[in-house]
Amino acid sequence: MNLVLSRESIYLLESILEKELLCNGVDHAFIIDTAGTLISEGGKLPMEDILPLAALSAANFGATEKMARMIGEKDFSLLFHKGTTHNIHLSRINKDFILVALFGNDVAIGLIRHGSNKAAEQIIPILTNEEDSLGGLH
Amino acid sequence: MAFIDMKRNEIQAKLVYYGPGRGGKTTNVLHIHKTMSRQICGKIVTIDTKGDRTLFFDFLPLSIGKVMGLSVRIQLYTVPGQVLYNDTRKLVLRGVDGVVFVADSLKVQQQQNIESLQNLVENLQDEKIGIHEIPLVLQYNKRDLANSSIPILSQEEMEHDLNRDLGVPSFPASALKGDGVYETLREVSKKMIRRVTHKLRDGHY
Ligand SMILES: Nc1nc2c(ncn2[C@@H]2O[C@H](COP(=O)(O)OP(=O)(O)OP(=O)(O)O)[C@@H](O)[C@H]2O)c(=O)[nH]1
Ligand SMILES: [Mg+2]
Repeated sequence: MNLVLSRESIYLLESILEKELLCNGVDHAFIIDTAGTLISEGGKLPMEDILPLAALSAANFGATEKMARMIGEKDFSLLFHKGTTHNIHLSRINKDFILVALFGNDVAIGLIRHGSNKAAEQIIPILTNEEDSLGGLH
Repeated sequence: MAFIDMKRNEIQAKLVYYGPGRGGKTTNVLHIHKTMSRQICGKIVTIDTKGDRTLFFDFLPLSIGKVMGLSVRIQLYTVPGQVLYNDTRKLVLRGVDGVVFVADSLKVQQQQNIESLQNLVENLQDEKIGIHEIPLVLQYNKRDLANSSIPILSQEEMEHDLNRDLGVPSFPASALKGDGVYETLREVSKKMIRRVTHKLRDGHY
């Protein structure tokens, strides 16, 4: 599968991340696919940190999916890593895409959860429309 | 999955180094990281055991320049070669756009090379990718040992074992010394980019 996103779609994705997460105090938010491809991102961290974080987030989701299967679940729809001051929230958008939010303790987890859900609802139609419009490559 | 971002004018593609355990996949990536300029190569991530065996993967992002006005970013990964980590290999192979198969020139590894290549074929099949369609390059690593007392396979033997049916480009290398590392990377990158841009030009998007 290949994915091409128009300028307009990328703008839309960025504005969704801004409105639902970054405006609520999230340090950085990004969308990846399950292979670790970085689709869209916004926030304070430099790109050189976001690329490895994207790869590790996809791997993290993939590994816990295996754990889920072993206990009779298909997958886990969200993962939350709690640090002393910094936290990571990863949630599944659909079977192909994952939304990741990096945030500090000053932001309530409920706000992240709510923002992630609202963002996912708006992201799905953008990514699925683009996928449908492609002749598959592989 | 190759991803094209028309806002940044950027192509992202995933390249995976595959092959038997201890063949030299991580050594290839370490050499690239050590010798490439910081403008091209980003932060390296390695997830390994205390020794040096890859436990999950190595990761290195490369920005290698422009093609058809698009900047090209290659996300380079290695798999763990140890036979028992097949689930992890399958995870790393997800969305792969190109493969370097690093074969070990040690004579004692002859069978492991063949089995690992077969394992690649099977795991790609599970991803619905045929071994003949994906951009693929072979690397015969550890050629520096030709000058030692350790028995190694001739390049002809390796061609016969691994490349008889595939007929893909192959490169002798010593990842430890850095020989052949860039030749291998350049060829597979070229094949990967050509594949994506052909589709673009043909208006498949
Ligand atoms: N002589 C020689 N040794 C090499 C060469 N390349 C790698 N090695 C050595 O082979 C051993 C294994 O190399 P790695 O790069 O860790 O192998 P790998 O393929 O990543 O192994 P796994 O992570 O277990 O799959 C290390 O001790 C390397 O120093 C080479 O070109 N020549
Ligand atoms: Mg390794």
